Amino acid sequence: MTTIREWQVGQSLPEVTLPPVSRLDLIKYAGASGDYNPIHTIDEEAKKAGLPGIIAHGMWTMGNLVKLFTPYYEEGFVQDYFVRFQSMVFLNDVVTLTATVKEKDEKTIRFAVAAVNQHGKDVVKGELVFALYE
Amino acid sequence: MYQGEIGKRSKKIKNVVERGAVKKFAEAIGDPNPIYWDEETGKRSRYGRNIAPPTFPRVFDYGVIEGLKLPAKGLIHGEQRFHYERPLFVGEELYCYAEVKDYYEKQSSMGQLGFLVIANNGEDAEGNLVFTSTSTIIINEAVRKAMSV
Repeated sequence: MTTIREWQVGQSLPEVTLPPVSRLDLIKYAGASGDYNPIHTIDEEAKKAGLPGIIAHGMWTMGNLVKLFTPYYEEGFVQDYFVRFQSMVFLNDVVTLTATVKEKDEKTIRFAVAAVNQHGKDVVKGELVFALYE
Repeated sequence: MYQGEIGKRSKKIKNVVERGAVKKFAEAIGDPNPIYWDEETGKRSRYGRNIAPPTFPRVFDYGVIEGLKLPAKGLIHGEQRFHYERPLFVGEELYCYAEVKDYYEKQSSMGQLGFLVIANNGEDAEGNLVFTSTSTIIINEAVRKAMSV
């Protein structure tokens, strides 16, 4: 496997496209995270809140996005991870996870990260600093 | 509206990075990597044990900030930031608390929006900071008016 240290500025980690968002995905995340806000799981509640339908937890998308880095934990760890929730994720949306090297020094690699929907729109966008071990 | 709450903190609550909870959380974000749940993989890793995914602190109990009243509905999670000194270890105990870091308002096309910044912190038994999870919550005008604050 290639090591994360070898990545150069401008290079991207392998993208991951998630299966279409299902209600079960969000029910599972609600249970695992303890976030039972019903706009994420129950249609009527989402409609009452003025939404066209249930939406994914922002933290579900954020949690998915950072898994691009899981294969590299022998080399370092996620020191800083920031995102802005730009747009909502609806049922059946197809989300693609991306990370591109922005800056690099001896100790850290800074990535631009994003989750993009099937219309090419950023739903989650931010930055991640991966700290390298000696 | 929340300016007076800035600096308020909850009391620290002891949390355990529970093995089963970590596995369930990793499954829920579709990250099946065995570093999170397989003991052998954990032992062979540089950490000598299993670790938890970076967004796992969502599950911890940070206690209650006395006097801070949030609307039950209509909050929007605008931004989220995690800072780590090191990864979280499965099985470790962390002392977690919440703090109101900031509150400000901004005019937008949707009216006057409130931005509440809450930091959720986790420390080890010696009081060393392990992580900070900072959320920016957006509160819209309609919700603020309904609360009449």
